[in-house]
Amino acid sequence: MSLMLKQRSAAEKPAVDKNGWKYGTLRDLRINKYIYIMLVPVVAYYVLFYYVPMYGLQIAFKDYSPGLGMWGSDWVGFRYFNDFFNSYYFWRLLRNTLLLSFYELLFGFPASIILALLLNELRSSRLKRFVQTVTYMPHFISLVVVAGMLVDFLARDGLINNVLSWFGAEPVAFLRESGWFRTIFISSNVWQSVGWGSIIYLSAMSGIDPSLYEASRVDGASRWRQTLSVTLPGIMPTVVILLILQIGHFMSVGTDKILLLYNSSTYETADVIGTFVYRKGILESNFSYSSAVGLFNALINFTLLVLANAISRRTSENKLW
Amino acid sequence: MKRSFGERLFDGSNVVLMLLLSAVTLYPFLYVLIASISDPAWVVKMRGLIWYPHGFSLDSYKLVFDNPAILTGYGNTLLYVVAGTALNILMTSLGAYALSRQSVKWKNPVMFMIVFTMFFNGGLIPTYLLINNLGMLDSRWALIIPSAMSAYNLIIMRTAFQSVPISLEESAKLDGANDFTVLFRIILPLSMPVVAVMILFYGVSHWNSWFNALIYLRTRELYPLQLILREILITNSTDSMMTGVGGADKMPIGETIKYAAIIVATVPILLLYPFLQKYFVKGVMIGAVKG
Repeated sequence: MSLMLKQRSAAEKPAVDKNGWKYGTLRDLRINKYIYIMLVPVVAYYVLFYYVPMYGLQIAFKDYSPGLGMWGSDWVGFRYFNDFFNSYYFWRLLRNTLLLSFYELLFGFPASIILALLLNELRSSRLKRFVQTVTYMPHFISLVVVAGMLVDFLARDGLINNVLSWFGAEPVAFLRESGWFRTIFISSNVWQSVGWGSIIYLSAMSGIDPSLYEASRVDGASRWRQTLSVTLPGIMPTVVILLILQIGHFMSVGTDKILLLYNSSTYETADVIGTFVYRKGILESNFSYSSAVGLFNALINFTLLVLANAISRRTSENKLW
Repeated sequence: MKRSFGERLFDGSNVVLMLLLSAVTLYPFLYVLIASISDPAWVVKMRGLIWYPHGFSLDSYKLVFDNPAILTGYGNTLLYVVAGTALNILMTSLGAYALSRQSVKWKNPVMFMIVFTMFFNGGLIPTYLLINNLGMLDSRWALIIPSAMSAYNLIIMRTAFQSVPISLEESAKLDGANDFTVLFRIILPLSMPVVAVMILFYGVSHWNSWFNALIYLRTRELYPLQLILREILITNSTDSMMTGVGGADKMPIGETIKYAAIIVATVPILLLYPFLQKYFVKGVMIGAVKG
């Protein structure tokens, strides 16, 4: 028994200790052997399914042919990147990706915050629970079903056109008009995610010290004033972290939903880098070209994330790392 | 406390606004449900909003359940959900336990290696080629193994494990328990709320997943329900489902089959949801704040 106790306390010491690196590692492996056994499948999974594909990105710089394999294919440098930058698609894809992301940030991101603030002001807790239960629900519905309902409701003889016709509007085939795609995409995203997104802000609000509200009431602050001076600052750290995370997904906006909703008549506004990679890579088997496009996208994404984190770090002390 | 006119106006508008939002969220589902049990001929002619079924008919459900593609899809999805979620819970528990122990020296580098994949990864094509090289293309494994765990859920579970008092673990170890015993006999039973959240998150994502099946599967017999649903709802091919239906009836019933299929594919999730709802708010909270 005393041996077990001794091992335990030894293990509690900080990992890098004064006894030197090698001795520490060996002792750590011996004491925590079961924990390292547990980590084997986990680490193996991440290495195989995440780090091997990162290594596989080299095919973006090679002329990959399945017969020669990843090793045997010839290096071509930045040829596929140049092809992409000079192609007719480049600016259209970049514009669509950036615009959809930007609108998502502009409308989708604040929507959850506003909903959380409004829910927080409800006086009836029963109504609050009801609205929450209802608005979380679309988050659990599959994209295929959501897209299917959109296709049905937005058809020329669908629900939306029928309702609009009461006001004398001409029927529109919404999903065949490139001018409508962004509106449909963003508003259905808000519909599906606004409730779910508000959970985190509501829990941040419930963590605000009630004495702050009391003090501001004593000072004569109105409810609007309390929202501005107590609630908003209280959830600000959460807002900033989620904003950074959202920026970290800036370039990967809704690829799978777009795949369900777009068609050749809406490519003009709907085609994004993610859907293009799918078409070129999976459907047309242009593996190297498609990997180059995907890598370009991932690098912009990662740069944006690092920038957002750095800016937030300097200005507000909130950071992901 | 007396409320001013402005405050009462705000409270009133807020209630109205929240009720409107609930209506906008619920109505599409209500519409689909009503249309699915109404007389198909009426649904096609009907213009505008509906509030109650007209001419009760379950014919579209009968066609959905008679359809072999839907049934195999349903079976496949159940398999992917059960096997996939079981693997998810096992892998995530192992990782979360190992990375929640203070004394492990390599904890931080491993954690970094995992979290980094949330922000940068090889992307679609290299991953596809890997799955191909592993011989998983067009096999059920492709829908289970490559999504064996998610870094985000690992963080949620790790945070929950960290809150279990260390004294319980210490006393178990004094009694000769090793880390596997501690995890499965002490930590997991004490963390049932977070396990419930994980089952919900992973289960729903398997149930709703379609993109992996689209790129990795060729054989229709392996398709999950969502891919079959995609054919019916998006590419609009309900013809294959109506082999037994006479010409004139085809058009109307094609419309209501879509609604019935939506209901059939969605109801299991919505049945699960109220039971787990009280847990997942906690789960989201832990994950996002600490992540």
